[in-house]
Amino acid sequence: MFRLHLIPYGTKFDIIGKSKCIFFIAGVFVITCFSFIIFKGMNYGIDFKGGYIFEVTMPTDPDIQELRNTLNSLDLGEVAIQQFGTNRDLMLKLEKSEEGEGQATAIKTVKNVLGDNVVYKRIETVGPKVGGELVSNAVKAVAFALIAMLLYIAVRFEWQFGICAVAALFHDCAIIFGMFAIFPMEFGETSITAVLLTASYSINDTVVIFDRIRENLRRFKKMDLGELINLSLNETLSRTTLTATTTVLAVLSLYLFGGRTIATLALPIIVGIIVGTFSSIFVASPLLMFLNIKRDKEIKDTTVANINIK
Amino acid sequence: MLVVSRFRFTSAIIVCLFGLVFAFPSFLEQGTYDKLPSFLQHTVNLGLELRGGSHIQLEVDLKTVEREHQESVVDEVRKQLRKQNIQYSRIGVQFRENEPVILVSLKSSNDVDAVKKILFKIEKELVIAVDGSDVTATISSVFADRFARKIVDESIEVIRHRIDESGTKEPTILRQGTDRIVVQLPGVEDPSEMKRLLGKTAILTFHGVDEELKVVEAKVGEKVSLQSKPGVMYLPEERGGDVVHYIPIKRQVSLTGKSLVDAQVSMDQRTGLPGVSIKFDSVEGTRKFAELSAKYLKKQFAMVLDGKVLSAPVFQMVLTDGNAQITGNFTMQSATELALLLRAGSLPAPLKVIEERNVGPSLGADSISAGKNATIFAFLFVALFMIASYGKFGCFSVIALFCNIILLFACLTLLGATLTLPGIAGIALTIGTAVDSNVLIYERIREEIRSGIKAFVAVSRGYKMAMMTIVDSNLTTLVGSIVLYEFGSGPIRGFAVTLAIGTLISLFTTFALTKSIIAYWIGKNKNAEIII
Repeated sequence: MFRLHLIPYGTKFDIIGKSKCIFFIAGVFVITCFSFIIFKGMNYGIDFKGGYIFEVTMPTDPDIQELRNTLNSLDLGEVAIQQFGTNRDLMLKLEKSEEGEGQATAIKTVKNVLGDNVVYKRIETVGPKVGGELVSNAVKAVAFALIAMLLYIAVRFEWQFGICAVAALFHDCAIIFGMFAIFPMEFGETSITAVLLTASYSINDTVVIFDRIRENLRRFKKMDLGELINLSLNETLSRTTLTATTTVLAVLSLYLFGGRTIATLALPIIVGIIVGTFSSIFVASPLLMFLNIKRDKEIKDTTVANINIK
Repeated sequence: MLVVSRFRFTSAIIVCLFGLVFAFPSFLEQGTYDKLPSFLQHTVNLGLELRGGSHIQLEVDLKTVEREHQESVVDEVRKQLRKQNIQYSRIGVQFRENEPVILVSLKSSNDVDAVKKILFKIEKELVIAVDGSDVTATISSVFADRFARKIVDESIEVIRHRIDESGTKEPTILRQGTDRIVVQLPGVEDPSEMKRLLGKTAILTFHGVDEELKVVEAKVGEKVSLQSKPGVMYLPEERGGDVVHYIPIKRQVSLTGKSLVDAQVSMDQRTGLPGVSIKFDSVEGTRKFAELSAKYLKKQFAMVLDGKVLSAPVFQMVLTDGNAQITGNFTMQSATELALLLRAGSLPAPLKVIEERNVGPSLGADSISAGKNATIFAFLFVALFMIASYGKFGCFSVIALFCNIILLFACLTLLGATLTLPGIAGIALTIGTAVDSNVLIYERIREEIRSGIKAFVAVSRGYKMAMMTIVDSNLTTLVGSIVLYEFGSGPIRGFAVTLAIGTLISLFTTFALTKSIIAYWIGKNKNAEIII
């Protein structure tokens, strides 16, 4: 009977042997992303910077160039106009952020410029204070979540595993955030969700591999650590790729059929899942080599214990 | 041999049926939905970006209220100092690093202890510092927090009243952080009227008018220099057109709008213009109003709203029934609005709109249908892939996956959670990861079979061996999502809830449902060969 096998049985990839090369590449990626984040900055959307978004359907085909010139002359900050769907569907972004009365006036001004018979599908106004708080709240919540997961892994495994898992997570986040700095992708409120989804997927993936390493540590007490990690990685490789594939398939359908707004959310998640899978295989596990894992710990777990009784 | 107790099997099926019952109303047409019995009339709450409406975030101006509070303390201190004959050179409220600070500069540092005692007597929660003969007092952070909570709670109450009075249905009003309030108004496309309603503190006060100083007349926007005297302030009265009258008003508040019981639009009988009839409560309000009318009989008094004079009429007689009419430069709309504001009560602090999002209904409908399509395709992709990889066992996990989605919807419905755009993405992602537990188990069974163990034994061993991995990876996710929920806000919380529910449900379907199905299948087909 036909069965799809993404990864053939009994692979023997030597990942530990190439770990230095892989670390170098991963390091270059992370540093590149960081320098982009620091020197170029992320492409924050209106959610963070403050400003206005109008999504409208015009009664007739508009002259974009003229519209842009008019809007630019209004002193409402940088103006971006996007067309989507038909020629009449426009998205206008104005980057000036104001408070109170100024907001209402600005909206009125833009409505006057666009004229009558316009269908307003969406109008958003964000004041300058909202964004900063959004970031600091998100960062705080994520930091606490990371610490909690690190503690959980440290308790269930060893502290070394916790550190490696969080290092891998750090790598993933750096690359995701870097994407928002390198490519013209806008970082908005929903992008936080994308980062969180990536992080939760990545930690999950890492734990599954760590679990196999822990099991093998108990089973093969004399085996060289590098060899053991290689073995564990190869044993779980089929599962790792399968789950990554189903997840990417699901998110891909979001990207293809979910409409414009969901698509912008789905793209970073797809990248995130790929990066997260990469990091649990090539970053988290090889890093264990450098952290001096204790090999002769008493076995407490019963399901694995009976295998070890000689 | 894989054994699942009959109890677990039946309860798994019952839970799934329950899920189905509570999930399906969300997918019905409105007509069919209305015919359902009431206990089934729950649907998934759609977020504003999906159903259309307005989202407004307001900031409560706490600093202003804190300052007012400090000033009232200062007034009290000043009185006490006079009473006890303590000499001071300066007393007042200053802003230091954006915090209102009470400052009392004494002539002699011997009086410091007496002042400290006075301050402590008036307000226990002040933090008092002494520098030579200067005494400063700030609000303690504990008190400030409690104060902020109280002000924000009161504001929410007033906002709710105002929105209810305006006839807007199903508003959501939430506290956010220490000084923010989020108001969500489904179905409201243009919130400018609502913003005007929420933007007014609507503090109505009655004052006497000073008789010595003259009314100053000016054009709108014109700058005028107003010579006032202690205890009197000039406030503008708009007379329609471009004329403004500045009226000298005694600072002391004779009566506030707090003792009102009703306010309605009414026509002024003399002029035929709209006004607002007000009624004071039967005990205190009526008595005070009668006193006021007696004190200012045949004299001018002023009705002031948010620092502007509404009108400054003359009391023609003593009014004892507690009824009065506010006249002034009103249109029908502004009179209706004022009546509403007076009924709903005044805000304890000014509010400022800092964020606003409006979504039209067509965009929301588009997002919902796109989200539905995406979810269906995600399901199909994953189902095909699972069946191609694991054949019959793949089919079992697809059944479980289907139940997974249904249960997720049922849980969201029963918990009253709100489905947002990122929430749809979360559901699609759950579809991708829900099969993970099954993949782990099946891969393990494959490994066991390859190591030469008989297939039936391999299935039960596969379950046993994968168990710990599944528990660890899912618990890590759960721990993370609980912490995210605890410390996160807004979208992060929503994400954490979906993630946690999704994780728990996928644990359930893996160990109750798929396992039962597989055990049942093996029981029926004892002699079949297991290929996985």
